[in-house]
Amino acid sequence: MNTGRQKRAIPGTTIFDGDVARKGYALNKMCFSFNSAENRAAYLEDKEAYCDKYGLNEQQKKAALSLQVLDMLAAGGNAYYLAKLGGIFGLDMQDVGAQQTGMTKEAFKAKLVEAGK
Amino acid sequence: MAKIVGGINVTHVPYIGRAIANNLQQDPYWKPFFDGFPPVRQWLAKVKPDIAVVIYNDHGLNFFLDKMPTFAIGAAAEYNNADEGWGIPTLPPYQGEVDLSWHMIDSLVEEEFDMVTCQEMLVDHAFTIPLELFWPGQHPCPVRTVPICVNTVQFPLPKPARCFKFGQAIGRAIESWDSDARVVVIGTGGLSHQLDGQRAGFINKEFDLMFMEKLISDPLWVTRYSITDLVELTGTQGVELINWLTARGALLGEVAKVHANYHVPISNTASGLLCMEAV
Repeated sequence: MNTGRQKRAIPGTTIFDGDVARKGYALNKMCFSFNSAENRAAYLEDKEAYCDKYGLNEQQKKAALSLQVLDMLAAGGNAYYLAKLGGIFGLDMQDVGAQQTGMTKEAFKAKLVEAGK
Repeated sequence: MAKIVGGINVTHVPYIGRAIANNLQQDPYWKPFFDGFPPVRQWLAKVKPDIAVVIYNDHGLNFFLDKMPTFAIGAAAEYNNADEGWGIPTLPPYQGEVDLSWHMIDSLVEEEFDMVTCQEMLVDHAFTIPLELFWPGQHPCPVRTVPICVNTVQFPLPKPARCFKFGQAIGRAIESWDSDARVVVIGTGGLSHQLDGQRAGFINKEFDLMFMEKLISDPLWVTRYSITDLVELTGTQGVELINWLTARGALLGEVAKVHANYHVPISNTASGLLCMEAV
């Protein structure tokens, strides 16, 4: 058992393991802070300063400011915490799903309905 | 000794909380989901549990990556819900059952499940929404509670075979408690869904239906899969179904289906409901 272990790849999917959790810690910690309404307001007040306060690296900061979910995932973000950032901007899970799959929201919702048939 | 009256497994999705707050139960989008619950409420009215042991996963309300327990249990007189950051209403506190919590802690650690014990613990939508669905609008909730939190956030997650054994140990802990209390075991999460990545929106109806059926007839079936297998088969968050498996393990012997419902989609999730009782 070491960090050179083989990992199984699942297309379009990131396993949030120790390597990703280490990489994404600052970004996820910032998102975790958004449980507080006061912190959400402080973020909207000055987003860059807030990112700096939590020690986000340039990749994480750029991803967070652009609200590009795939970029945030690549920077180590975890869906459960990122959802709190999305919530500040009123993004629901269909907005987020559509953005990541390059579909319109309507097409993404239709895809979900289709999956139930 | 305490008696386990049965178990209920159900999906948790934050937006269910918003639908309840906005009275959308009969809205065409929500109706197929909410219509699953009256038979379960009737069953609960019949079996009259005093206590609910709720097996769920936290989504970053009580636990963060600074300290991430694999298995944690509440040992508090009261559990508070709080702001999760996505604008769903916060629900009133839930009453704990501290004596059962500590009996379970003693029993589980004796059985080599080394629990993280929490004398303070915030409970998120994965705990509150199922109780709100089973006992709608009843504040305070008419059952005392013991929350059990399973890590489904940061890998490695406990593998399915381990979760089933954990559930069996939970069942033995409850049934060895010197009390005449009646206990319902609740497992929350799943079924198939994936929120993140290019595979977002992934749903696997065939697997979900098989899983629900096997949970009644042959729960060991799912223990053949690894966590990575389950991610592939059910999505990155579909893996929350290990909470269903844990709850099923707690029912110990054979079970019969009381009621089931399955509907796709609720938000990005395949919603499931499965009520079981001992035979």
